[in-house]
Amino acid sequence: MLEFPRWKVWLVSLVVAFGVLLSIPSLIASTPFANRWPAWLPQYKINLGLDLAGGSHLLLEADSADMQKQRLQTMQDSVETELRHDPQIQVGDISTAGGRLSFMVRDPRQVDAAVERMRNLTKPVALTGNRDWDVQVVDSTRIVLTPTPAGSTQAMKDAMSVARDVVRRRIDPGGTREITVTTEGNNRVLVEVPGVDNPDELKKLIGQTARLEFKLVDLSADPNAVKAGHAPPGSEVVPMADGSGAIAVKRRVMVSGEQISKAQQSFDDNGRPDINITFDSAGARRFGRTTQENVGKPFAIILDGKVLSYPTIESPILGGSAQITGSFTVQSAHDLAVSLQAGRLPVTLNVIEERSIGPDLGKDSINKGAIASGVAVLGVVIFMLVTYGRFGVYANIALVVNAFLILGIMAMFNATLTLPGIAGFILTIGAAVDANVLINERIREEIRRGRRMIDAVETGYREAMRAIYDANVTHVISASIMAYFGSGPVRGFAVVLLIGVVTSVFTAVYFTRMLVALWIRRTRPRMLHI
Amino acid sequence: MKLLKLVPEGTNLDFMRWRNVALVISLIATVVSIGYTAYRGLNLGVDFVGGQLIRVSFPQAVDDEQLRSKVDSLHLGEASVQRFGGPKSFQIRLPKPPGGDAAANSVATQVKAEIEKDFPGAKIESVDTVSGKVSEELASSSAMAIGFAMLGIALYIWFRFEWQFGVGALLTLAHDVAMTLGFFAFTRLPVDLNVVAAFLTIVGYSLNDTVVIYDRIREDLRKYRRMAILPLINLSLNETLARTVVTSMTVLIALGVLMLIGPEVIFGLAIAIFLGVLIGTYSSIYISAPVLVWLGVKPDSFLKAADEKDSAQPETA
Repeated sequence: MLEFPRWKVWLVSLVVAFGVLLSIPSLIASTPFANRWPAWLPQYKINLGLDLAGGSHLLLEADSADMQKQRLQTMQDSVETELRHDPQIQVGDISTAGGRLSFMVRDPRQVDAAVERMRNLTKPVALTGNRDWDVQVVDSTRIVLTPTPAGSTQAMKDAMSVARDVVRRRIDPGGTREITVTTEGNNRVLVEVPGVDNPDELKKLIGQTARLEFKLVDLSADPNAVKAGHAPPGSEVVPMADGSGAIAVKRRVMVSGEQISKAQQSFDDNGRPDINITFDSAGARRFGRTTQENVGKPFAIILDGKVLSYPTIESPILGGSAQITGSFTVQSAHDLAVSLQAGRLPVTLNVIEERSIGPDLGKDSINKGAIASGVAVLGVVIFMLVTYGRFGVYANIALVVNAFLILGIMAMFNATLTLPGIAGFILTIGAAVDANVLINERIREEIRRGRRMIDAVETGYREAMRAIYDANVTHVISASIMAYFGSGPVRGFAVVLLIGVVTSVFTAVYFTRMLVALWIRRTRPRMLHI
Repeated sequence: MKLLKLVPEGTNLDFMRWRNVALVISLIATVVSIGYTAYRGLNLGVDFVGGQLIRVSFPQAVDDEQLRSKVDSLHLGEASVQRFGGPKSFQIRLPKPPGGDAAANSVATQVKAEIEKDFPGAKIESVDTVSGKVSEELASSSAMAIGFAMLGIALYIWFRFEWQFGVGALLTLAHDVAMTLGFFAFTRLPVDLNVVAAFLTIVGYSLNDTVVIYDRIREDLRKYRRMAILPLINLSLNETLARTVVTSMTVLIALGVLMLIGPEVIFGLAIAIFLGVLIGTYSSIYISAPVLVWLGVKPDSFLKAADEKDSAQPETA
């Protein structure tokens, strides 16, 4: 017990000093002292959770039906392109019903060749040994392509990682805000934006898929047939964005939004808001060529399956930039410009959970939490003092050090403090002294049994250790499960509990043991008042 | 200075004498709690049933009825209006609107507009919108988390002690969780995600006392091999009583402060843990310990395992 070597004293003191140092930037963050903290000292700070800082939390889920539809559409396009290549294979009765793509090969002798070419269109899915589409022949001439589960999962995964980046670019075009955008599970994106307590603005930015396409208007279409929803072969009927009917356009995409390098809100000659776009070099070439070949004809600007406008090409546009006109407000033109610049979302995202917290509620919680923490510490300190005297003082020093250590470690890992986290902090204050209670009660007991003082202290620490260890493991189990299953705020609570368990064992056992050992060595007391 | 001793020296209470009475009481209380919870159900918050929760504060006190009729006049389904802290803040709860998220949005906007029109200076503090899908997931993952935590801890106790102790721990936890559930069913306090965190904490903390007592029983079993089990458990309980009381006091002081002057949003969490600690203290004495008697723990329960257990203990030098 008395053997507490000098290097250990130094080590323990160093850990304590370091922990206190780490915690200070977080404690003074919103006080005038924040600027006076020297730059050469650690600058780690605890993050405040949304429930304390205020802000918006959005959980988005990919629309899997939309995803499936898109994959079928893309597959149909590549199948049609592939079969048109030399030697051409004539097919008919193409259908995407039932989530499968199927078509009839007109010449039965070409079925095998068609299957071979279909197989080449499919891709292996990494690590699974499966391909992304399953190719089968039904009734000897019908070829059916079915998406495999592995392929769908992979496609969703790819789409989500693109979606995450697109969402981030849209909300934070400058890359300067402290936002969190992460994928959750297989088909979700979590967005957390501090400081914005009206999520409607965010939802407008995320809500648009922003799939922009330029297609030629099919002038041969019969207006009455279009009204009834029928378009000539190779064309489709697309509704107008403003609800004024629909027009027929050629299926082939002239230029798409992916080839845009820059988009900006501007005004047209009449002072109406529009969007100025600039194509990348490949896009500019295609756009130039198409406009050159189609002077005098109208082309449609289609956004997310709706026609914004269909101006007539008056002269070839070779400079690589163009204006998108439509019935915009300044705000909606701006939002669309941001979305176009950030790229299109690979899949439609729906909001399935939304939480927003105003800044005042958070401030109020921090204040009340801080006051409650202070009062709780004071209450426990007084109680320990009147119960254990000198040993209570040691436990109290350990308690205060523990509070600093928890904050310091949280700051070091850049952990997030949430409102339940404050509760976890206060709970830890109450529970951390448990180890000291166990030790001190054991010492009392050993003295009653007639042990000599030093022997009693030593036995107290040794025997109590076992129970301290087991009791803390139960906390670790429940807190770990909480951290694993819990969402945001609850996880914040679990993190504080976990850190608190570790630091409290250190302060309540090793740190107080050092204090007691140093005291006994210095004063050589004859009697223990405990 | 005279030191405070909540449990006087030489206290020797015959806890085990009342073990059957306590068992009957605990059993009745547990059955009533579970039955009542099943019958009345819990007041589940939007986290678990979906819907919207809007917290709003006003510059001056507002009459509950007036606000309620305002919200009702919007015909948004079964809305509830409750005070939240003082007479200046309220929480308005709206059911899940049919037709997905877009509809939910317009509902919140409607409420906001109506309130801002009639109560100038009113401030929307927070809005939570949870869809049916997410709420179902939250509910099932919460239930799973509590179940796993209970099992995990019981397994650990089994591993560190003997199987009887593991069973004792599991029964103690089941009792504590059932009682706390009953409390929430009875008081109609809303159960949100924070309360689930409280349940998990109770699972961890209520066992704190149990572990300490079990540790002492194990020690005494090895020390006094000839002593009968009942006096031995009494001895262990009395030896650890001072610690049980002091630790419960410190935790209750801290939680009491949090409950009384802490942030309103986590009142549910604070009161649940406060209660859980009280129940846990009782159950560590009257459930954890007697279970060992019924399951036939004897002094030689540890004889065969004693040596290996000793070497498995942490280094304390």
